[in-house]
Amino acid sequence: MQNDAVLKMRGICKQFPGTRALNNVDFTLRRGEIHALMGENGAGKSTLIKVLTGVYEKDGGTIWVEGTGEEAHIHSPQDAQNIGISTVYQEITLCPNLTVAENMFIGRGKGQLVHWKDYEDRADGILRSLGIPARAKQELSRCSLAVQQMVAIARAVDMQCKVLILDEPTSSLDEKEVAMLFDMMRDLKSRGVGIVFVTHFLEQVYEVSDRITVLRNGELVGEYVIEDLPQVELVAKMMGKNLNDLADLEQVGLKSQGGQETVYQAQALSSSESRPFDFSIRRGEVNGFTGLLGSGRSESVRAVFGADRITGGRVQVNGKPVRISKPHDAMKNGIGYLPEDRKRDGIIADLSVRENIVLALQVMKGFFHPMSKAQMEAFADEYIQALQIKTASQDTPIKSLSGGNQQKVILARWLLTHPDYLILDEPTRGIDVGTKLEIQKLVLKLAEENMSVTFISSEIEEMLRVCSRLIVMRDRKIVGELTGSELTQANVMKTIAGGEQ
Amino acid sequence: MDKQRKLFAGIGQLIIPLVALGLLILFNLFRDPGFFSIGMAVNNSGNQVLTGNLISIIDSASELAIIAMGMTLVTAACGGQDISVGAVGAISGAVFVKVLLGAPSITPGIVVLGVILCCLATIAFMMFNGTLVSVFKIQPMIATLILYSCGRSIAYWINGDATPQLNSPIITSIGMTIPGVPVPTPIFVVILAGLLLLLIFRRTTTGLYVQTVGINQGAARLNGIDPVLIKLLSFALLGVCVSLASVIGVGRLGQLNHKTLLVDIEMDAILAVAIGGNNLGGGRFRLSGSILGAYIIQMLTTTLYAMNVSPVNVKTYKAIVIIIIVVAGSPVVKNRLSALWSRMRSGGSQAAASKGAG
Ligand SMILES: Nc1ncnc2c1ncn2[C@@H]1O[C@H](COP(=O)(O)OP(=O)(O)OP(=O)(O)O)[C@@H](O)[C@H]1O
Ligand SMILES: [Mg+2]
Repeated sequence: MQNDAVLKMRGICKQFPGTRALNNVDFTLRRGEIHALMGENGAGKSTLIKVLTGVYEKDGGTIWVEGTGEEAHIHSPQDAQNIGISTVYQEITLCPNLTVAENMFIGRGKGQLVHWKDYEDRADGILRSLGIPARAKQELSRCSLAVQQMVAIARAVDMQCKVLILDEPTSSLDEKEVAMLFDMMRDLKSRGVGIVFVTHFLEQVYEVSDRITVLRNGELVGEYVIEDLPQVELVAKMMGKNLNDLADLEQVGLKSQGGQETVYQAQALSSSESRPFDFSIRRGEVNGFTGLLGSGRSESVRAVFGADRITGGRVQVNGKPVRISKPHDAMKNGIGYLPEDRKRDGIIADLSVRENIVLALQVMKGFFHPMSKAQMEAFADEYIQALQIKTASQDTPIKSLSGGNQQKVILARWLLTHPDYLILDEPTRGIDVGTKLEIQKLVLKLAEENMSVTFISSEIEEMLRVCSRLIVMRDRKIVGELTGSELTQANVMKTIAGGEQ
Repeated sequence: MDKQRKLFAGIGQLIIPLVALGLLILFNLFRDPGFFSIGMAVNNSGNQVLTGNLISIIDSASELAIIAMGMTLVTAACGGQDISVGAVGAISGAVFVKVLLGAPSITPGIVVLGVILCCLATIAFMMFNGTLVSVFKIQPMIATLILYSCGRSIAYWINGDATPQLNSPIITSIGMTIPGVPVPTPIFVVILAGLLLLLIFRRTTTGLYVQTVGINQGAARLNGIDPVLIKLLSFALLGVCVSLASVIGVGRLGQLNHKTLLVDIEMDAILAVAIGGNNLGGGRFRLSGSILGAYIIQMLTTTLYAMNVSPVNVKTYKAIVIIIIVVAGSPVVKNRLSALWSRMRSGGSQAAASKGAG
């Protein structure tokens, strides 16, 4: 039965200071299958992958890969690559100041002379065939997060491999790109490649996967054939709760239309990255920007927060004209902003979870009013509890948290400042299903308490669930606005595609 | 158990320098049991003072310890080092001497004024470095190369191309001892500088901001911190440290020698930061580590001289020991060691667990 396996991991253990990340985990990957690896935030998915690819040394267990004899000895990502394991890590591990082409081909030369011109042509070819909006000679840091993610995928897919590992590859991709990725995956699968796929999007799992392995708290829950495990049961297995407990999760509160007062208003606001646009939000309203990748939705909210260089426009906060030219101005006016790219713009990697949580509040209190350690500890404790952040302690550096838990820390940072107006760009990126609903509920609750929220997500259903008004963007321009009964998936798609009058 | 881990997390960075210091002390005790004995003696100005190798090590390391503190902040915020500290120190000393010589007589008030003015002048020069680094985004090493090369000429020029002498008991008190106090004054200056920085860390958010900017500038800005201001602040504090060190240096010799004042201190200061376990690429830091580093370097020097190693060879031996300390503190070695440590500790329990399972 398991003769067609390409990869077997048995009894894998991995211990971090204060955390048992993996405890006796088995995992089997067969030739030509897409195998979803599922679990809540901090369940140990990324750790299992990093143990497999030699990023971490395992504490115990064995790994067997087809064609390597008794046991595979993988001590570095390079080893893994050499025996045919190609990986896209959760946090993009490319070099931001190299070009796209360099990123795609670096570390693959295997001794022969490198002809960059050839590589650039080849890279351009690959980019074009995959429809990735980037040029080979472009510096990677100039590309959006989604494009970077696609470049990382293109790099991995282009390598000859028998095992392909994708750790949350779709977290910042739109439907179109996801569909393209799935086509690629199916193609590789038909050529016998075994694919490990980690994601928190359940629909995506059921769309492409053949088998599911579920982890919980570093332990193996089980391996299932996709047909045998309906979605509800999968969620129950991941969360370790009975189905009854889950019933209320789908029930998200009522959407908030907001009051009459306008909290924030911008006219012809423009920045170095965005074209002039008008925008406003009322007290207690939840609205959102939507549009395809590169449509300018993130750039627009960055302009509101003063994150990029502001080039023009008039801004009023609570009816009074103000100047917001840098993030600090926005914060003083009661605006908070959770950035899209948590690794680049969000986390302060080496600082502790506690310092990362209190940072923005501390800045607002001012340079001469440092918080006491006790105060910081109390705030950190409160939010670690409230958002159920999984961390060994408050003193743990944020970089050693799992991706989803890092995201929760950044969210906690902004909730702690109690802003009047909170901008959330992809707040649920990399967050597991259960917590995702909790966060959506939280947003609606905050709105009820008179906070205004702008919510951006590449998942349209999520936007429809929380936003009472959607601003649709295309080619860096606002092309439509949907409210009330107009808020349906079909309408949004139509407006995005340009079917509006 | 949990408490123990917390404690270790607190001093983790300091383990290597502490061990190094301990080994140096043991080595000296083994070599000469009386090496650290402390005595009383009368110095050439007729004061009762403490003597002995230990006192002389702590005393001579003063300038280095003070500058290492400032260097730590610049390193943390900017991810690079200021190599102009020695040369700017010479300028600072020159300004100090200029002020004192400009006054009719050297009174305590004039000395205080001199300290304040040379401090301000040093900050101004450091702002030049800081602006190049923060606004123009030039690598710190390159940006500070400018003052490194011309600083000592400026110092010479300030006092009209001369090496003036200062004959005043107040100046001797600063560089040596205050009459009636057996402990060398520079030691008090180190404590003063340390307390000053401690106060700044307690009363402001400097520590958090400096680390945040050093780790992730872009994210710091998005959280409302101005990286340019924080980097300038770190250079300003380094300026204060450099001027205090230069005043000690002038006090020791009772004259301004622009060629020798704080000469070569930049390299030792950078080393002290590194030995203290601080990341030279910026980010997290520990002042206590750098201070410890400064005393280690001085103890090493004094030990080598006490062993009658010729001055030419002292530098080589120093380099060898420092390489060992820095390599032992490098992340690669540290990770290996801690992996080994945890394997050794869990080895027993795991064997028991697998037996239970089987
Ligand atoms: N380098 C590290 N140092 C210490 N602890 C770590 C480290 N990496 C991961 N952990 C811990 O191991 C556990 C598992 O983390 P892992 O990243 O594998 O989770 P995950 O399943 O990928 O979660 P997510 O869905 O949030 O990405 C977490 O509790 C995390 O805090
Ligand atoms: Mg993960």
